[in-house]
Amino acid sequence: MENSISVIFIAIIMGTLARVLMIRVDYRQYPSYPQSFVSHLILGFVAACLGAVVTPAFLTKDYGAVTFLALATAQFKDIRSMERDSLERLENMELVRRGEAYIEDIAKRFEARNYVSFLTSFSVCTISSILNHIFELEVFLLLIVEIVFGFFLILFLKSILKPNTIADIADIKEGKIHFKGPLLMVDEVVIMNIGYQVSKDIILEKGMGITIYPKDENAVATLANIGQRQAIIHNLASQLGIRKDVDEPDFTPLARREPSTGNISLFILTMNNIPRDGIVIAKNVPVLESARRKPDGSEKKEG
Amino acid sequence: MAKETIVAIVTTNKEKVLYSGPPVFYAESKEEAEKTAMLLSKITLAMIHDVENECFIIVQH
Repeated sequence: MENSISVIFIAIIMGTLARVLMIRVDYRQYPSYPQSFVSHLILGFVAACLGAVVTPAFLTKDYGAVTFLALATAQFKDIRSMERDSLERLENMELVRRGEAYIEDIAKRFEARNYVSFLTSFSVCTISSILNHIFELEVFLLLIVEIVFGFFLILFLKSILKPNTIADIADIKEGKIHFKGPLLMVDEVVIMNIGYQVSKDIILEKGMGITIYPKDENAVATLANIGQRQAIIHNLASQLGIRKDVDEPDFTPLARREPSTGNISLFILTMNNIPRDGIVIAKNVPVLESARRKPDGSEKKEG
Repeated sequence: MAKETIVAIVTTNKEKVLYSGPPVFYAESKEEAEKTAMLLSKITLAMIHDVENECFIIVQH
């Protein structure tokens, strides 16, 4: 009995650790604030607790423990909707919106990270309970096995869940901003019609143009997604600082597509016009799960 | 997609606008037209577009 308590304890720690290692605090992604940081740590801990007690409960022939699993999925679904709600509520206050696709992606990612917590503590606990049953190991040895296994599992799950970035599917270069009459162009793509001369001058002086060249057919389809483009723009704006106010729609950053090639040209007016930084940021934007397309069918499964 | 509405038209040539739904502001010169368009766009939080036939349209996006 004492064995199982320390086994559960370590499993909970490993599960929480999984969540800790997957919390990324930076200016790009939510949660970037201490409040949500704490609440997600606690939720990760709760998930780990749920995972850790399932197997020991089964071993003591308490089959009611299955309800734990139902409880866990319900809790994780709540986390997803909680994130979605709060981000959607903030959306109107953003000068440059995240876009629904990006919000959904972030919410899903939070849910998945809690599953990782749950899965880690569950697997760690199960493995060590089985080992304990078969070999009757020393507690000390058992705990070491748990910790080592837990670490590998966390690393494995983390690598699976790591999102692709735009750099994986496209090349990004600086684009040239110019005007054709009232039409703002980045390279050869029309972005929008601007009628006000002062805005035009500011854009020519301070604007940044970026063109994204998809590497293959799949990337063309993925980048065509409006949510994906909005995510790129949002990341650029939030990290470089946007030079725009509510009464200046002329400076709204926009991404437009060249239909014949699928290249995306985008225009943004930032506080510091350093295209090199913009390119680095655009490269690190995650490819949204909902935007990913594979029209070339290279990964089509048989049957 | 939000609905786009033309909230006003500023023109230097009365001949170019017929039966307009949105209000039309007549300006004597291009400079005056630009200024009127700018002021209107600030008030309505809308954007000035140049349709290149002596007219500016102010559109809410």
